[in-house]
Amino acid sequence: MIKSLKRQNHKLATPEGQIDILNDSASIGIPAFDSKLKDMGHPTLKPTSIDIFQVNVGKMCNQVCSHCHVDAGPDRKEIMTRETMQQCIEAIRDTDIKTVDLTGGAPEMNPDFRWFVEELRAVGKEIIVRCNLTIILANPKYNDLPEFFKKHKINVVSSLPYFTAKRTDAQRGDGVFDKSIKALQILNEVGYGKEDSDLQLDLVYNPAGAFLPGDQKTLEDQFKSKLLEYDIVFNNLFAITNLPVSRFLEYLVRSEKYEDYMDELVNAFNPIAAEGVMCRSTLSVGWDGYLYDCDFNQMLELKINAPDHISNFNIGKLSRRDIIVNQHCYGCTAGAGSSCGGTTV
Amino acid sequence: MKDSYYNREDLKKFGDITEWQKELGDKFFDYYGSVFKESALTAREKSLIALAVSHAVQCPYCIEAYTSDCLKKGVDEEQMMEAVHVTAAIKSGAALVHGVQMMNQVNDKLM
Repeated sequence: MIKSLKRQNHKLATPEGQIDILNDSASIGIPAFDSKLKDMGHPTLKPTSIDIFQVNVGKMCNQVCSHCHVDAGPDRKEIMTRETMQQCIEAIRDTDIKTVDLTGGAPEMNPDFRWFVEELRAVGKEIIVRCNLTIILANPKYNDLPEFFKKHKINVVSSLPYFTAKRTDAQRGDGVFDKSIKALQILNEVGYGKEDSDLQLDLVYNPAGAFLPGDQKTLEDQFKSKLLEYDIVFNNLFAITNLPVSRFLEYLVRSEKYEDYMDELVNAFNPIAAEGVMCRSTLSVGWDGYLYDCDFNQMLELKINAPDHISNFNIGKLSRRDIIVNQHCYGCTAGAGSSCGGTTV
Repeated sequence: MKDSYYNREDLKKFGDITEWQKELGDKFFDYYGSVFKESALTAREKSLIALAVSHAVQCPYCIEAYTSDCLKKGVDEEQMMEAVHVTAAIKSGAALVHGVQMMNQVNDKLM
Protein backbone atom coordinates (compact mmCIF):
# COMPACT_ATOMS: atom_id res chain seq x y z
CA MET A 1 0.00 0.00 0.00
CA ILE A 2 1.34 3.42 -0.89
CA LYS A 3 2.40 5.86 1.81
CA SER A 4 0.71 9.16 2.57
CA LEU A 5 2.41 12.31 1.30
CA LYS A 6 3.10 13.16 4.92
CA ARG A 7 4.94 9.89 5.51
CA GLN A 8 6.92 10.51 2.31
CA ASN A 9 7.86 13.99 3.62
CA HIS A 10 6.55 15.27 0.32
CA LYS A 11 6.58 19.03 -0.22
CA LEU A 12 2.85 18.93 -0.97
CA ALA A 13 2.11 17.27 2.37
CA THR A 14 2.29 20.72 3.94
CA PRO A 15 -0.35 23.42 3.53
CA GLU A 16 2.42 25.91 2.72
CA GLY A 17 3.71 23.78 -0.15
CA GLN A 18 0.21 23.53 -1.63
CA ILE A 19 -0.64 27.19 -1.16
CA ASP A 20 2.63 28.22 -2.83
CA ILE A 21 1.46 26.46 -5.97
CA LEU A 22 -2.15 27.64 -5.74
CA ASN A 23 -1.12 31.26 -5.15
CA ASP A 24 1.18 31.30 -8.14
CA SER A 25 -1.75 31.87 -10.49
CA ALA A 26 -0.06 34.69 -12.40
CA SER A 27 2.41 32.29 -13.99
CA ILE A 28 -0.39 30.15 -15.39
CA GLY A 29 -2.48 33.17 -16.30
CA ILE A 30 -5.65 32.63 -14.29
CA PRO A 31 -7.51 35.33 -12.37
CA ALA A 32 -7.64 35.40 -8.58
CA PHE A 33 -10.77 33.67 -7.30
CA ASP A 34 -11.72 36.57 -5.07
CA SER A 35 -11.67 38.91 -8.09
CA LYS A 36 -14.32 36.69 -9.69
CA LEU A 37 -16.46 37.05 -6.57
CA LYS A 38 -15.94 40.82 -6.54
CA ASP A 39 -17.15 40.95 -10.16
CA MET A 40 -20.32 39.25 -8.93
CA GLY A 41 -20.82 41.84 -6.19
CA HIS A 42 -19.29 39.90 -3.31
CA PRO A 43 -16.38 41.92 -1.90
CA THR A 44 -16.35 39.23 0.77
CA LEU A 45 -18.18 35.92 0.86
CA LYS A 46 -20.64 35.60 3.76
CA PRO A 47 -22.50 32.61 5.19
CA THR A 48 -26.20 32.27 4.40
CA SER A 49 -26.89 29.95 7.36
CA ILE A 50 -25.18 27.08 9.13
CA ASP A 51 -27.01 23.89 8.23
CA ILE A 52 -24.23 21.31 8.17
CA PHE A 53 -21.68 20.73 10.90
CA GLN A 54 -19.01 18.58 9.30
CA VAL A 55 -16.60 16.86 11.65
CA ASN A 56 -13.39 15.21 10.55
CA VAL A 57 -12.85 12.66 13.32
CA GLY A 58 -9.41 11.63 12.12
CA LYS A 59 -7.14 11.07 9.17
CA MET A 60 -6.65 7.36 9.72
CA CYS A 61 -8.04 5.24 6.89
CA ASN A 62 -7.78 1.65 5.67
CA GLN A 63 -7.40 2.95 2.10
CA VAL A 64 -4.90 5.23 0.38
CA CYS A 65 -6.86 6.77 -2.48
CA SER A 66 -4.81 8.49 -5.14
CA HIS A 67 -6.97 11.63 -5.19
CA CYS A 68 -7.54 12.00 -1.42
CA HIS A 69 -7.60 15.65 -0.32
CA VAL A 70 -7.08 14.57 3.30
CA ASP A 71 -3.92 12.57 2.52
CA ALA A 72 -5.51 9.89 4.67
CA GLY A 73 -4.20 6.38 5.17
CA PRO A 74 -3.18 3.72 7.69
CA ASP A 75 -0.05 5.70 8.54
CA ARG A 76 -2.01 8.80 9.65
CA LYS A 77 -2.46 8.85 13.41
CA GLU A 78 -4.37 12.12 13.88
CA ILE A 79 -7.56 11.16 15.71
CA MET A 80 -10.23 13.30 17.40
CA THR A 81 -10.43 12.71 21.15
CA ARG A 82 -13.63 12.09 23.07
CA GLU A 83 -13.05 15.40 24.84
CA THR A 84 -13.13 17.29 21.52
CA MET A 85 -16.21 15.32 20.47
CA GLN A 86 -17.87 16.35 23.73
CA GLN A 87 -17.02 19.98 22.94
CA CYS A 88 -18.63 19.55 19.52
CA ILE A 89 -21.82 18.21 21.08
CA GLU A 90 -21.97 21.05 23.62
CA ALA A 91 -21.32 23.62 20.91
CA ILE A 92 -24.22 22.62 18.67
CA ARG A 93 -26.65 21.09 21.18
CA ASP A 94 -28.85 24.18 21.44
CA THR A 95 -28.36 25.56 17.95
CA ASP A 96 -30.51 25.21 14.84
CA ILE A 97 -27.84 23.05 13.21
CA LYS A 98 -29.71 19.86 12.39
CA THR A 99 -27.15 17.76 10.55
CA VAL A 100 -23.75 16.46 11.56
CA ASP A 101 -21.63 15.10 8.73
CA LEU A 102 -18.94 12.70 9.96
CA THR A 103 -15.92 12.24 7.79
CA GLY A 104 -12.27 11.22 7.93
CA GLY A 105 -10.17 9.15 6.96
CA ALA A 106 -12.49 6.32 7.72
CA PRO A 107 -14.53 7.87 10.54
CA GLU A 108 -15.46 4.43 11.85
CA MET A 109 -11.81 3.82 12.79
CA ASN A 110 -11.98 6.43 15.53
CA PRO A 111 -12.39 4.38 18.73
CA ASP A 112 -15.07 6.84 19.97
CA PHE A 113 -16.99 6.91 16.70
CA ARG A 114 -19.97 4.91 17.99
CA TRP A 115 -20.10 6.84 21.25
CA PHE A 116 -20.12 10.11 19.29
CA VAL A 117 -22.95 8.94 17.04
CA GLU A 118 -25.05 7.82 20.01
CA GLU A 119 -24.54 11.11 21.84
CA LEU A 120 -25.36 13.18 18.77
CA ARG A 121 -28.54 11.17 18.20
CA ALA A 122 -29.44 11.66 21.87
CA VAL A 123 -29.45 15.44 21.33
CA GLY A 124 -31.57 15.06 18.21
CA LYS A 125 -29.07 15.57 15.42
CA GLU A 126 -29.36 13.91 12.02
CA ILE A 127 -26.16 12.15 11.01
CA ILE A 128 -24.36 11.60 7.76
CA VAL A 129 -21.43 9.17 7.72
CA ARG A 130 -19.00 9.26 4.83
CA CYS A 131 -18.31 5.54 4.75
CA ASN A 132 -15.68 4.25 2.33
CA LEU A 133 -17.54 0.88 2.16
CA THR A 134 -14.46 -1.34 2.43
CA ILE A 135 -14.14 -0.56 6.15
CA ILE A 136 -17.21 -2.76 6.71
CA LEU A 137 -15.19 -5.77 5.54
CA ALA A 138 -11.76 -4.65 6.76
CA ASN A 139 -11.98 -6.28 10.17
CA PRO A 140 -14.60 -8.41 11.98
CA LYS A 141 -15.10 -5.60 14.51
CA TYR A 142 -16.56 -3.46 11.71
CA ASN A 143 -18.84 -6.14 10.22
CA ASP A 144 -21.84 -4.94 12.23
CA LEU A 145 -21.55 -1.33 11.03
CA PRO A 146 -24.54 -1.65 8.67
CA GLU A 147 -26.72 -2.69 11.64
CA PHE A 148 -25.29 0.15 13.71
CA PHE A 149 -25.99 2.64 10.91
CA LYS A 150 -29.52 1.29 10.63
CA LYS A 151 -30.17 1.51 14.37
CA HIS A 152 -29.30 5.20 14.37
CA LYS A 153 -30.90 5.96 10.99
CA ILE A 154 -27.63 7.31 9.68
CA ASN A 155 -27.51 8.61 6.12
CA VAL A 156 -24.68 6.61 4.57
CA VAL A 157 -22.75 8.45 1.85
CA SER A 158 -20.15 6.36 0.06
CA SER A 159 -17.61 6.96 -2.65
CA LEU A 160 -17.71 4.80 -5.73
CA PRO A 161 -15.89 6.63 -8.50
CA TYR A 162 -17.04 4.30 -11.24
CA PHE A 163 -19.01 1.17 -11.97
CA THR A 164 -16.01 -0.79 -13.21
CA ALA A 165 -13.17 -2.36 -11.23
CA LYS A 166 -10.48 -0.93 -13.47
CA ARG A 167 -11.26 2.73 -12.88
CA THR A 168 -12.32 2.32 -9.24
CA ASP A 169 -9.24 0.34 -8.25
CA ALA A 170 -6.92 2.74 -10.08
CA GLN A 171 -8.16 5.50 -7.80
CA ARG A 172 -8.92 3.70 -4.57
CA GLY A 173 -6.60 0.68 -4.53
CA ASP A 174 -6.51 -2.90 -5.77
CA GLY A 175 -9.57 -4.93 -4.89
CA VAL A 176 -11.57 -1.93 -3.65
CA PHE A 177 -14.27 -2.28 -6.30
CA ASP A 178 -15.11 -5.90 -5.42
CA LYS A 179 -15.17 -5.12 -1.69
CA SER A 180 -17.29 -2.01 -2.29
CA ILE A 181 -19.81 -4.07 -4.25
CA LYS A 182 -20.00 -6.61 -1.42
CA ALA A 183 -20.43 -3.84 1.17
CA LEU A 184 -23.20 -2.19 -0.87
CA GLN A 185 -24.99 -5.54 -1.09
CA ILE A 186 -24.78 -5.88 2.70
CA LEU A 187 -26.13 -2.34 3.17
CA ASN A 188 -29.00 -3.20 0.83
CA GLU A 189 -29.67 -6.38 2.81
CA VAL A 190 -30.27 -4.40 6.01
CA GLY A 191 -32.61 -2.07 4.11
CA TYR A 192 -30.41 0.77 2.88
CA GLY A 193 -31.18 2.42 -0.44
CA LYS A 194 -34.48 0.66 -1.00
CA GLU A 195 -37.46 2.53 -2.34
CA ASP A 196 -39.78 1.76 0.57
CA SER A 197 -37.10 2.36 3.20
CA ASP A 198 -36.15 5.51 5.11
CA LEU A 199 -32.53 4.33 5.28
CA GLN A 200 -30.73 6.63 2.88
CA LEU A 201 -27.76 5.34 0.86
CA ASP A 202 -26.11 7.87 -1.43
CA LEU A 203 -23.09 7.38 -3.65
CA VAL A 204 -20.39 9.86 -4.53
CA TYR A 205 -18.94 9.94 -8.03
CA ASN A 206 -15.76 11.84 -8.66
CA PRO A 207 -13.80 11.74 -11.89
CA ALA A 208 -10.93 9.25 -11.99
CA GLY A 209 -8.62 11.78 -13.60
CA ALA A 210 -8.12 15.41 -14.56
CA PHE A 211 -11.55 16.09 -15.98
CA LEU A 212 -14.79 17.54 -14.68
CA PRO A 213 -17.83 15.46 -13.83
CA GLY A 214 -20.63 15.34 -16.38
CA ASP A 215 -24.31 15.77 -15.74
CA GLN A 216 -25.19 14.36 -12.31
CA LYS A 217 -28.57 12.92 -13.31
CA THR A 218 -27.15 11.20 -16.41
CA LEU A 219 -24.38 9.67 -14.31
CA GLU A 220 -26.88 8.61 -11.64
CA ASP A 221 -28.99 6.83 -14.25
CA GLN A 222 -25.91 5.01 -15.59
CA PHE A 223 -24.78 3.99 -12.10
CA LYS A 224 -28.27 2.76 -11.20
CA SER A 225 -28.46 0.69 -14.34
CA LYS A 226 -24.95 -0.77 -14.02
CA LEU A 227 -25.17 -1.50 -10.28
CA LEU A 228 -28.48 -3.26 -10.77
CA GLU A 229 -26.41 -5.94 -12.52
CA TYR A 230 -25.01 -6.63 -9.03
CA ASP A 231 -28.52 -6.34 -7.48
CA ILE A 232 -27.49 -3.07 -5.86
CA VAL A 233 -29.84 -0.13 -5.37
CA PHE A 234 -29.15 3.30 -3.90
CA ASN A 235 -30.88 6.66 -3.53
CA ASN A 236 -28.87 9.53 -5.01
CA LEU A 237 -25.58 9.97 -6.79
CA PHE A 238 -23.57 13.06 -5.91
CA ALA A 239 -21.18 14.18 -8.66
CA ILE A 240 -18.21 15.90 -7.06
CA THR A 241 -15.36 17.77 -8.70
CA ASN A 242 -11.82 16.94 -7.60
CA LEU A 243 -10.24 20.00 -6.01
CA PRO A 244 -6.54 20.78 -6.51
CA VAL A 245 -5.62 19.94 -2.93
CA SER A 246 -3.23 17.39 -1.42
CA ARG A 247 -2.90 14.13 -3.39
CA PHE A 248 -4.97 15.30 -6.32
CA LEU A 249 -2.83 18.44 -6.54
CA GLU A 250 0.28 16.26 -6.37
CA TYR A 251 -1.09 14.13 -9.22
CA LEU A 252 -1.83 17.22 -11.32
CA VAL A 253 1.65 18.64 -10.78
CA ARG A 254 3.44 15.31 -11.29
CA SER A 255 1.55 14.55 -14.51
CA GLU A 256 1.94 18.14 -15.77
CA LYS A 257 -1.84 18.57 -15.91
CA TYR A 258 -2.14 21.30 -13.29
CA GLU A 259 -2.28 24.23 -15.70
CA ASP A 260 -4.80 22.59 -18.04
CA TYR A 261 -6.99 21.53 -15.13
CA MET A 262 -7.01 24.98 -13.55
CA ASP A 263 -7.82 26.45 -16.96
CA GLU A 264 -10.73 24.06 -17.27
CA LEU A 265 -12.03 24.99 -13.81
CA VAL A 266 -11.72 28.72 -14.51
CA ASN A 267 -13.36 28.44 -17.94
CA ALA A 268 -16.24 26.55 -16.33
CA PHE A 269 -16.72 29.17 -13.58
CA ASN A 270 -20.44 29.48 -12.99
CA PRO A 271 -21.72 32.49 -11.00
CA ILE A 272 -24.86 30.58 -10.01
CA ALA A 273 -22.73 27.79 -8.56
CA ALA A 274 -20.64 30.41 -6.79
CA GLU A 275 -23.75 31.80 -5.07
CA GLY A 276 -24.52 28.36 -3.67
CA VAL A 277 -21.09 27.16 -2.53
CA MET A 278 -21.29 24.83 0.46
CA CYS A 279 -19.03 26.93 2.70
CA ARG A 280 -21.91 29.41 2.98
CA SER A 281 -23.96 26.82 4.86
CA THR A 282 -21.32 24.56 6.41
CA LEU A 283 -18.84 24.54 9.24
CA SER A 284 -15.93 22.15 9.21
CA VAL A 285 -14.21 20.90 12.35
CA GLY A 286 -10.75 19.37 12.26
CA TRP A 287 -9.63 16.35 14.29
CA ASP A 288 -7.99 18.74 16.79
CA GLY A 289 -11.08 20.94 17.20
CA TYR A 290 -10.08 23.83 14.94
CA LEU A 291 -12.78 25.36 12.77
CA TYR A 292 -12.73 25.94 9.04
CA ASP A 293 -15.06 27.11 6.28
CA CYS A 294 -14.90 23.72 4.55
CA ASP A 295 -13.02 20.44 4.50
CA PHE A 296 -10.63 21.74 1.82
CA ASN A 297 -9.72 24.85 3.80
CA GLN A 298 -9.17 22.49 6.70
CA MET A 299 -6.58 20.51 4.75
CA LEU A 300 -4.89 23.76 3.73
CA GLU A 301 -5.08 24.88 7.38
CA LEU A 302 -6.86 28.10 6.43
CA LYS A 303 -8.49 28.66 9.81
CA ILE A 304 -11.81 30.39 10.05
CA ASN A 305 -12.14 34.20 10.41
CA ALA A 306 -13.79 33.99 13.85
CA PRO A 307 -12.95 32.36 17.17
CA ASP A 308 -11.32 29.37 15.57
CA HIS A 309 -11.56 26.50 18.04
CA ILE A 310 -14.56 24.44 19.08
CA SER A 311 -13.82 25.35 22.70
CA ASN A 312 -14.63 29.00 21.80
CA PHE A 313 -17.62 28.21 19.60
CA ASN A 314 -19.59 31.39 18.92
CA ILE A 315 -22.41 30.86 16.46
CA GLY A 316 -23.13 34.60 16.18
CA LYS A 317 -19.63 35.49 15.12
CA LEU A 318 -19.39 32.41 12.90
CA SER A 319 -22.59 33.44 11.11
CA ARG A 320 -21.16 36.88 10.33
CA ARG A 321 -17.64 35.78 9.36
CA ASP A 322 -15.86 36.46 6.09
CA ILE A 323 -15.28 33.13 4.36
CA ILE A 324 -11.69 32.49 3.31
CA VAL A 325 -11.28 31.77 -0.40
CA ASN A 326 -8.31 30.80 -2.53
CA GLN A 327 -7.64 29.41 -5.98
CA HIS A 328 -8.80 25.88 -5.07
CA CYS A 329 -12.31 27.33 -4.69
CA TYR A 330 -12.66 27.26 -8.48
CA GLY A 331 -13.32 23.54 -7.98
CA CYS A 332 -16.63 24.25 -6.23
CA THR A 333 -17.82 26.80 -8.79
CA ALA A 334 -17.15 24.91 -12.02
CA GLY A 335 -20.05 23.81 -14.19
CA ALA A 336 -23.02 22.75 -12.13
CA GLY A 337 -21.03 23.38 -8.94
CA SER A 338 -19.67 20.89 -6.45
CA SER A 339 -20.20 20.25 -2.77
CA CYS A 340 -20.20 17.32 -0.37
CA GLY A 341 -23.82 16.88 -1.46
CA GLY A 342 -23.03 16.93 -5.18
CA THR A 343 -23.92 19.66 -7.65
CA THR A 344 -25.25 22.96 -6.36
CA VAL A 345 -27.07 24.31 -9.42
CA MET B 1 6.03 29.31 -36.86
CA LYS B 2 6.38 26.18 -34.80
CA ASP B 3 7.98 23.08 -36.27
CA SER B 4 4.82 21.04 -36.03
CA TYR B 5 1.63 21.62 -38.01
CA TYR B 6 -0.36 20.43 -34.99
CA ASN B 7 0.07 22.23 -31.67
CA ARG B 8 -2.05 21.16 -28.72
CA GLU B 9 -2.34 24.76 -27.55
CA ASP B 10 -4.13 25.67 -30.78
CA LEU B 11 -7.29 23.89 -29.67
CA LYS B 12 -7.83 26.63 -27.10
CA LYS B 13 -7.67 29.17 -29.92
CA PHE B 14 -10.47 27.57 -31.94
CA GLY B 15 -12.80 30.44 -31.08
CA ASP B 16 -10.35 32.88 -32.67
CA ILE B 17 -11.55 31.89 -36.15
CA THR B 18 -14.41 34.38 -35.66
CA GLU B 19 -11.90 37.25 -35.65
CA TRP B 20 -11.43 37.18 -39.41
CA GLN B 21 -15.02 36.25 -40.35
CA LYS B 22 -17.32 36.99 -37.45
CA GLU B 23 -20.70 36.33 -39.02
CA LEU B 24 -19.86 32.90 -40.38
CA GLY B 25 -17.81 31.99 -37.30
CA ASP B 26 -20.65 32.93 -34.96
CA LYS B 27 -23.12 30.98 -37.08
CA PHE B 28 -20.86 27.95 -36.99
CA PHE B 29 -20.38 27.99 -33.20
CA ASP B 30 -24.06 28.61 -32.64
CA TYR B 31 -24.89 25.66 -34.90
CA TYR B 32 -22.19 23.52 -33.26
CA GLY B 33 -23.61 24.21 -29.80
CA SER B 34 -27.12 23.31 -30.94
CA VAL B 35 -25.98 20.06 -32.54
CA PHE B 36 -24.53 18.75 -29.29
CA LYS B 37 -27.50 19.60 -27.11
CA GLU B 38 -29.57 16.79 -25.63
CA SER B 39 -32.38 16.13 -28.11
CA ALA B 40 -33.61 13.08 -30.03
CA LEU B 41 -30.14 11.67 -29.29
CA THR B 42 -28.67 12.05 -25.82
CA ALA B 43 -25.62 14.27 -25.33
CA ARG B 44 -23.76 11.09 -24.38
CA GLU B 45 -24.68 9.33 -27.65
CA LYS B 46 -23.62 12.41 -29.62
CA SER B 47 -20.30 12.48 -27.82
CA LEU B 48 -19.61 8.86 -28.79
CA ILE B 49 -20.57 9.56 -32.42
CA ALA B 50 -18.24 12.57 -32.35
CA LEU B 51 -15.44 10.40 -30.99
CA ALA B 52 -15.90 7.90 -33.82
CA VAL B 53 -16.02 10.65 -36.45
CA SER B 54 -12.93 12.29 -34.92
CA HIS B 55 -11.04 9.10 -35.70
CA ALA B 56 -12.50 8.93 -39.19
CA VAL B 57 -11.29 12.46 -39.97
CA GLN B 58 -8.12 11.80 -37.94
CA CYS B 59 -8.28 15.14 -36.18
CA PRO B 60 -6.08 15.09 -33.05
CA TYR B 61 -7.87 18.14 -31.61
CA CYS B 62 -11.22 16.40 -31.95
CA ILE B 63 -9.87 13.13 -30.54
CA GLU B 64 -8.64 14.90 -27.39
CA ALA B 65 -11.79 16.98 -27.04
CA TYR B 66 -14.19 14.06 -27.42
CA THR B 67 -12.15 11.62 -25.34
CA SER B 68 -12.39 14.16 -22.52
CA ASP B 69 -16.05 14.73 -23.23
CA CYS B 70 -16.80 10.98 -23.20
CA LEU B 71 -14.97 10.62 -19.86
CA LYS B 72 -17.02 13.46 -18.40
CA LYS B 73 -20.20 11.82 -19.58
CA GLY B 74 -19.31 8.55 -17.87
CA VAL B 75 -18.47 6.54 -20.99
CA ASP B 76 -16.18 3.62 -20.19
CA GLU B 77 -13.03 2.52 -22.01
CA GLU B 78 -14.67 -0.45 -23.70
CA GLN B 79 -17.44 1.69 -25.14
CA MET B 80 -14.95 4.26 -26.43
CA MET B 81 -12.87 1.57 -28.12
CA GLU B 82 -16.00 0.04 -29.66
CA ALA B 83 -16.80 3.44 -31.14
CA VAL B 84 -13.34 3.52 -32.72
CA HIS B 85 -13.92 0.02 -34.08
CA VAL B 86 -17.10 1.31 -35.72
CA THR B 87 -14.89 3.89 -37.45
CA ALA B 88 -12.41 1.22 -38.45
CA ALA B 89 -15.14 -1.10 -39.70
CA ILE B 90 -16.72 1.58 -41.87
CA LYS B 91 -13.38 2.77 -43.22
CA SER B 92 -12.11 -0.73 -43.96
CA GLY B 93 -15.50 -1.70 -45.32
CA ALA B 94 -15.46 1.33 -47.58
CA ALA B 95 -12.10 0.20 -48.95
CA LEU B 96 -13.09 -3.41 -49.29
CA VAL B 97 -16.44 -2.79 -50.94
CA HIS B 98 -14.43 -1.24 -53.77
CA GLY B 99 -12.98 -4.70 -54.19
CA VAL B 100 -16.19 -5.43 -56.05
CA GLN B 101 -15.23 -2.72 -58.53
CA MET B 102 -11.84 -4.34 -58.88
CA MET B 103 -13.54 -7.69 -59.45
CA ASN B 104 -15.84 -6.13 -62.03
CA GLN B 105 -12.83 -4.64 -63.80
CA VAL B 106 -10.96 -7.93 -63.77
CA ASN B 107 -13.96 -9.83 -65.04
CA ASP B 108 -14.35 -7.27 -67.80
CA LYS B 109 -10.72 -7.35 -68.83
CA LEU B 110 -10.12 -11.07 -68.81
CA MET B 111 -11.45 -13.49 -71.32
